[in-house]
Amino acid sequence: MPKIKVPKSAPSIDMTPMVDLAFLLVTFFMLTASFRMAEPVVVDPPSSVSDKLLPDNTILVTVDEGGRPFFGISNAEAKLKTLTTMSEKYKVKFNAEQIKKFGGLSSFGVAIKDLPRYIDATETQRLKFQPQKGIPNDSLNDPQLRDWILYSAREANAVYLRERDKAKEAGKDFKGEKPRYAIKADGKAKYISVKGVIKTFTDMEIYRFNLITSLEGGSSTPTAHK
Amino acid sequence: MAEIAEGGGGGHGKSGKKRAKKQSTRIDMTPMVDLAFLLLTFFVMTSTFSKPKSMEISFPAKPKEAQPDVEVKNGLTVILTKDDKVFYYKGQFNARDNKDGKVPTELTETQLNNEGLHKVLLELNDYAKTEIAKFEGKLKRKEIQDSTFKRMAMEAKGDKKSLTVLIKTDDKATYRNVIDIVDELNICYVGKYVIIDMSAPEYALLNEKIK
Repeated sequence: MPKIKVPKSAPSIDMTPMVDLAFLLVTFFMLTASFRMAEPVVVDPPSSVSDKLLPDNTILVTVDEGGRPFFGISNAEAKLKTLTTMSEKYKVKFNAEQIKKFGGLSSFGVAIKDLPRYIDATETQRLKFQPQKGIPNDSLNDPQLRDWILYSAREANAVYLRERDKAKEAGKDFKGEKPRYAIKADGKAKYISVKGVIKTFTDMEIYRFNLITSLEGGSSTPTAHK
Repeated sequence: MAEIAEGGGGGHGKSGKKRAKKQSTRIDMTPMVDLAFLLLTFFVMTSTFSKPKSMEISFPAKPKEAQPDVEVKNGLTVILTKDDKVFYYKGQFNARDNKDGKVPTELTETQLNNEGLHKVLLELNDYAKTEIAKFEGKLKRKEIQDSTFKRMAMEAKGDKKSLTVLIKTDDKATYRNVIDIVDELNICYVGKYVIIDMSAPEYALLNEKIK
């Protein structure tokens, strides 16, 4: 009886298609992933059962544990235009480089007179920046937060309308969203400080918000719920 | 091994040409696959979790002129204060020395968990709960569409027989508590709720309680 020949080489599979697939997916996720920019404060939002995703086009006010408000806007074009308007109103000059750098800033919590210095600082210096007291939100004497929101809303709406009309003219589907207002507050923040920010909005007749929360169970700190 | 001996010896002398080795040109791809999948996992994880969740909420517009106090039927007022404490009372607020001879309002303390506020809310909001449960049954039997279900659930929540909740906080309550309450209301099918300021008599009553 002839012996069955056992192949001497180790059993091996051709991995090339698998590698192809894996790298294809890696490329896809790399290109689609948008990296979060460094934020000036760590905010741990409370958890909720809501699974609605935050819209893309937002004007965001962050309230940290100490109740300081921070301001950010997602639309890049509106962001720069808002800075120009604010710089005119508050007579604070920004040079071309500072304006460019401002576009890369996610959110900030300094008064506008400190803003040029804040922009010039490096990322690590920004973490220790003084005075970082949050954006002044005194409706009578120093309504900077109100102005940031007001002008950025105006600019973001203008950008949205222009893009929509452009798409309409070209006969394309328009997928853009209207700018929305979002509030991201730390769970340990006093409600009264969040209320101050909400009042700023409601005074401008803005009544609908998206409150940013983390998914139930996703929060790092235990809540009163459990 | 044999090949080396062959090449090294060169004694056969058939030709001076070196033979290309017949060894396969395959590389071991396992580490590359490992790396690729590691990166893949990283990007999958970061991209799906980076987008935050949000909760939509509307705040009441400031009335242009003073409005008379309307009696809220099926009303529940939840009061939040320091140390995650929660109080509530049903219906209208009646001061201690009210002239109509109504029973003065007392605050009841409760907890933000399944035994506390959750139970109270479900009990009071029985109408919306049973209605929505009915619709859910219909939805499961495919008698109604998903969009119809959503609309009917909205209507049931907005019905006069459903519960209306007023959320009030003092200066010491945390934002987390407010979100927890709103969350609880969403779970308990309460569609009508509002976050408003506390009145002075309520504040006095609360202070007595938490002293």
